[in-house]
Amino acid sequence: MSAEESDNFAIDVRSLNKHFGDKHVVNNVSLQVRRGEIFGFLGPNGSGKTTSIRLMCGLLTPDSGSGTCLGYDIHTESDKIKREVGYMTQKFSYWDDLTIRENLDFVARMYGMPNRRVAVEKTLEDLGLTTRANQLTGTLSGGWKQRLALAACMLHQPRLLLLDEPTAGVDPTARRDFWEELHRLAAQGISVLVSTHYMDEAERCHKLAYIAYGKLLAQGYAADIVAEQGLHTWTIHGEHLTELSDQLRCAPGVDQTVAFGAALHVSGRDATQLEKSVHEIAAARGLRVEPSSTGLEDVFIYIMSRSQDNIGATH
Amino acid sequence: MDNFFSFSRWWSIVLKEFLQLRRDRVTFGMIVGIPLIQLALFGYAINTDPKNLPTAVIAADQSEFTRTLVAALQTSGYFVVTEQLRTEEEGRAALAQGRVQFVLNIPVDFTRRLLRGERPALLLEADATDPAATGMALGAINQIAQTVVMRDVTGSLAHLAGKSSPFEVRVHRLYNPENNSQFNTVPGLMGVVLTMTLVLMTGLAMTRERERGTMENLLAMPVRPVEVVTGKIVPYIAIGLIQSSIILLAAWLLFRVPFIGSLFAVYVAALLFIAANLTVGIMLSSVAQNQLQAMQMTMFYFMPNILLSGFMFPFRGMPQWAQAIGNVLPLTYFNRLIRGILLKGNDWIDLWPNLWPIALFTVVMMVIAVKFYRRTLD
Repeated sequence: MSAEESDNFAIDVRSLNKHFGDKHVVNNVSLQVRRGEIFGFLGPNGSGKTTSIRLMCGLLTPDSGSGTCLGYDIHTESDKIKREVGYMTQKFSYWDDLTIRENLDFVARMYGMPNRRVAVEKTLEDLGLTTRANQLTGTLSGGWKQRLALAACMLHQPRLLLLDEPTAGVDPTARRDFWEELHRLAAQGISVLVSTHYMDEAERCHKLAYIAYGKLLAQGYAADIVAEQGLHTWTIHGEHLTELSDQLRCAPGVDQTVAFGAALHVSGRDATQLEKSVHEIAAARGLRVEPSSTGLEDVFIYIMSRSQDNIGATH
Repeated sequence: MDNFFSFSRWWSIVLKEFLQLRRDRVTFGMIVGIPLIQLALFGYAINTDPKNLPTAVIAADQSEFTRTLVAALQTSGYFVVTEQLRTEEEGRAALAQGRVQFVLNIPVDFTRRLLRGERPALLLEADATDPAATGMALGAINQIAQTVVMRDVTGSLAHLAGKSSPFEVRVHRLYNPENNSQFNTVPGLMGVVLTMTLVLMTGLAMTRERERGTMENLLAMPVRPVEVVTGKIVPYIAIGLIQSSIILLAAWLLFRVPFIGSLFAVYVAALLFIAANLTVGIMLSSVAQNQLQAMQMTMFYFMPNILLSGFMFPFRGMPQWAQAIGNVLPLTYFNRLIRGILLKGNDWIDLWPNLWPIALFTVVMMVIAVKFYRRTLD
């Protein structure tokens, strides 16, 4: 790969591996994030998302594998990476017993910012927290803490943001505002790698990667990931869907059923068999059936269950 | 009645508590360890009637009688002659450095005057810094002398036996002539207070960051481990110096402890001792998983310090194995330093034997602490 090409990537890592004891937490992960891109990182709890993020910014040393972050080697130049990366931890990790201003000031000092006071005041103003700057950070609500954390890790004007489940436990309005902010930052050329459990957030990312059991199972544009699996989906509307779902799973052509409130998504790879089974069973109960497009969630559940089967088979 | 007290609900709480207790290894260790250690320390190590106290003899007069006398001193169990010195200056130096607890001075013409019936005097100089360490031995000395005269004297001196005290033992209690135990305890408290607060506070300082998740944030910032560790230490150095000053002021104003040595030496010793304790705290905090464990480990460290350092009980009263443990603890040396400076007026040469062990301890702890502190999260 030429230097010019690698310059286009904010993150470019190859075959990363990490073990904790005898657990293979990150298994051969390769990942590329372009500059100015919002890259969504999805996967179940304990799948290795946090560890992967830490590997990419030099907080952890991989057992094997290589790569660059912002053009710096992740093995040898973690100091330089730290300077230009904003890392927002999964758990709020600013000091509860410092005031908002003190926290921001501390961060600014850590990065040795030349005009510290100005930067801190500007951030406070942007956040709308100028009047509450002397309030203890521990007294902020979850949504405010999250906004503060983002502002704090943006303070030193990083070129790459690594956000580890930034919106966990945050209300929908605050989440929407947060994502609008992310898109504004991306438009300015800042690259963002964000891990999340929310499908609506996944759909707002430019690109996605899905990781489970430490393995990267899918990577690319959302539409491509969906198309790749070749799933067809029907939606059945009605009540008492649990029983129906059990019956459908045994039917030919049905690979998966997912309940969404009063609707059931039925997916399968074999379009004709699926259509036949769905119509037969729904007609027998007099339920309404309609074709629908396969969503990201359907696909991820499908990928997940299939990889589980694979792991079950290898053991 | 089930609404008021359900036995099965209550029993589930009991079971849950036991399950959690069993998984908390450190607490479990404390439950078993503390009574065992306390028993060993109080049962075997602590002795308020110290024996085998090192004694130097300045024998300007060598005769059958003085040899018998020295032998009798040893037989009593209280005194062990560890060195023979020639001059009084050497004797004072040995006392000042704490090498010996007593110096027995036998004057030049002692035997001759004894034979003439002039009732000569022996001089026993005692390091009375800690009244508890010398009290019993000094109480016994006159009786030992009597016994020598009554029983052990034979041959050409036999005619002296039976006479009431043909000679006199003059006891000089050096450094603390009034046997004021506060003079010993109050300076000793300084080291105890510093150990307790500094080890605990630094122990908590690091584990608090880890427990609250802020350590992860610190690690992600461009800050070096040595900057984090030393930066976190500095406030506690200041706290330690303030505590030292409070105790010194109280010792001076309230307890009238003599300040014979230099205040500068006190602060140098205190600073070194503070450093030693901070490295212990950092070491503990890098091992402890949470703040509770850090507190428990502090207690674990604190206990032998208070019991085996010579703060509470005379160091020389303890058996060899307990002294060996005490010899590893910086508080043992600090107690000698602070008492030596304040009560004996020790100079740097006298202090050196107790200064370098603390410095060595600090360096060793620092190396271990830095090894344990891992920069990355793995």
